[in-house]
Amino acid sequence: MSEYLVDIKNERLSFFTPAGEVKALNDVSICLKEGEVLGIVGESGSGKSVTAYSLMGLTAHPGKLIDGSLYFNGHQIETMSDKEMRKIRGNEISIIFQDPMTSLNPVYTIGNQIAEAILLHTDKNKAQAKVRAKELLELVGINEPEKRLKQYPHELSGGMRQRVMIAIALACEPKLLIADEPTTALDVTIQAQILELMMELKDKLGMAIIMITHDLGVVASMCERIAVMYAGKIVEYGTAEDIFYEPKHQYTKGLIRSIPRLDTKEHERLVPIEGTPVDMLNPPKGCPFAPRCDACMKICLREMPPVTNFGEIHYTQCWLNQKEEMEKGAANE
Amino acid sequence: MSEKLVQVEHLRQYFSAGGIGKYRKYVQAVDDVSFDIYKGETLGLVGESGCGKTTTGRTLLRLYEPTGGRFVYDNDVIFDVEKKQYVKMLPYRKKMQIVFQDPYASLDPRMTIGDIVGEAIDTHKMAANQKERYDIIIEMLQRVGLNSEHANRYPHEFSGGQRQRVGIARALAVRPEFIVCDEPISALDVSIQAQVINMFEDLQAEMGLTYLFIAHDLSAVKHISNRIGVMYLGRMVELADSYELITRPLHPYTKSLISAIPIADPKAAKESSRIVLEGDVPSPLNPPSGCRFRTRCPYADERCAAEVPEWRELEKGHFAACHHIDKCN
Repeated sequence: MSEYLVDIKNERLSFFTPAGEVKALNDVSICLKEGEVLGIVGESGSGKSVTAYSLMGLTAHPGKLIDGSLYFNGHQIETMSDKEMRKIRGNEISIIFQDPMTSLNPVYTIGNQIAEAILLHTDKNKAQAKVRAKELLELVGINEPEKRLKQYPHELSGGMRQRVMIAIALACEPKLLIADEPTTALDVTIQAQILELMMELKDKLGMAIIMITHDLGVVASMCERIAVMYAGKIVEYGTAEDIFYEPKHQYTKGLIRSIPRLDTKEHERLVPIEGTPVDMLNPPKGCPFAPRCDACMKICLREMPPVTNFGEIHYTQCWLNQKEEMEKGAANE
Repeated sequence: MSEKLVQVEHLRQYFSAGGIGKYRKYVQAVDDVSFDIYKGETLGLVGESGCGKTTTGRTLLRLYEPTGGRFVYDNDVIFDVEKKQYVKMLPYRKKMQIVFQDPYASLDPRMTIGDIVGEAIDTHKMAANQKERYDIIIEMLQRVGLNSEHANRYPHEFSGGQRQRVGIARALAVRPEFIVCDEPISALDVSIQAQVINMFEDLQAEMGLTYLFIAHDLSAVKHISNRIGVMYLGRMVELADSYELITRPLHPYTKSLISAIPIADPKAAKESSRIVLEGDVPSPLNPPSGCRFRTRCPYADERCAAEVPEWRELEKGHFAACHHIDKCN
């Protein structure tokens, strides 16, 4: 037994494409307690979705888990069969996808789709499932639930569809909710509604949330812990305060610096991260961020940096911090 | 103040949505929008999806036939629907260009980058011979941070940020004065967005460009624009200097829009109080009577349903359209 709800250790996952092996995840470790909110931020292709999907046993062909252990709520995910996986998926662990337009089935009514999850995982009959579906719609703040149950996805707006997705995900009161860019396709005012709803439901139902996003603003307001991913690695991990006020990795610093600020009067030039994201088919040797890093040293191009710890939670993988730590150590001696 | 380059008056754009005779329905995409853009200025246009900001940009370039209104560019009337006055667009296409939102869909996959940029040069007969044409292409590519070896490659070989650069090079090729930037950064990764924004600023300084910068990301728009216009369901609700608009918004919609932006600062995010709007944007097929924001507005009353609020200058350079400016401030 583990004290954590989720405990991913040293996960390695690759996609074996015709063009070669893509190391999508390279030594990723994540742990999460019950009721906690973890944010995973990173650019497209950094492996944030793959991490979450692998926890649900949803790694798509030609992806393959190579190494590591994935523990979730008493289950060892990597050893489970598809049949066993199906029992916990949608039941103990649920997911909301990015695009509510494509993740609902257009030919079934909303009621049908919510009831499907309930009928599959509980011994409720159809009538009871319908009652529960109505309750769920009320829970996610949809008015006139009776009417909505009979409607099809195309009759609802984007924000409503995302609420329906959340209702489906919560049907069996999961222990863990994975939200994969839940608001990226939505407008800001609708995004505010959905984020508020998620936090409310978290407090009400006491579930843990893994929030995957590229928007630093979203994680700042929602998450207790944040993991910053780059090229299949967690380059920095810490509490929201650690990440925003004391970022240690050059990539995290760059990300925070490159956000345009609303509250400045004088025009300030943005400080972008130069270069382009890594080509995952031919990742650079050493630290993957080295070619874009403004503090790149010789060793960065040769070897992957080890983990540097700052306190109990906060850690980063960067040679620069390693160097500073060593200098500090030398000075102390 | 420098002179006005763009003057838009009462612009209207309706799209037919089926039905016959008096039952014919229209999507009122843009309704009675007026604004000016001064030379060398950047005007930002923000709003939620479906508010008509993209349609405004495209109608100005006559990519859609305008339903109503008047557009004056550099003292030439481009169109005046009332007087049925329309100008031949080809010479003006050289002056006005557009950068599209989706860098994946807006480049022809079968053309090389060189030909994509060169097409406009051919259309406007800007190059006397092949050598000259090639030189212009290379110059444009270099301006946007690409180089000559990229000219013979195809779009699929580029990343999103690079493709957007190609789209910008194509717009610049004819040496325009005015560029409509239609959500040029929304499809890009965060770390790349800052690069492209900086490039827009550099190009503006070098070539004296005027931008209409359309985006839904208010913080990016605030960064690049001198003034910002906020649209809601086809109408302009507020327009002001960008710092003024962010710090002292007058219209209730602008207020909620600003407060809805997630702040990338955990402490500030916890302290700030969000105004979360109820409900969704109504359909532009059947917009609410009077003020279009009234269905979601916390201050709405009978008057808002009966009368369309007047677009007025409340303070110097600060326009808004609302009956209850005093009540909500």
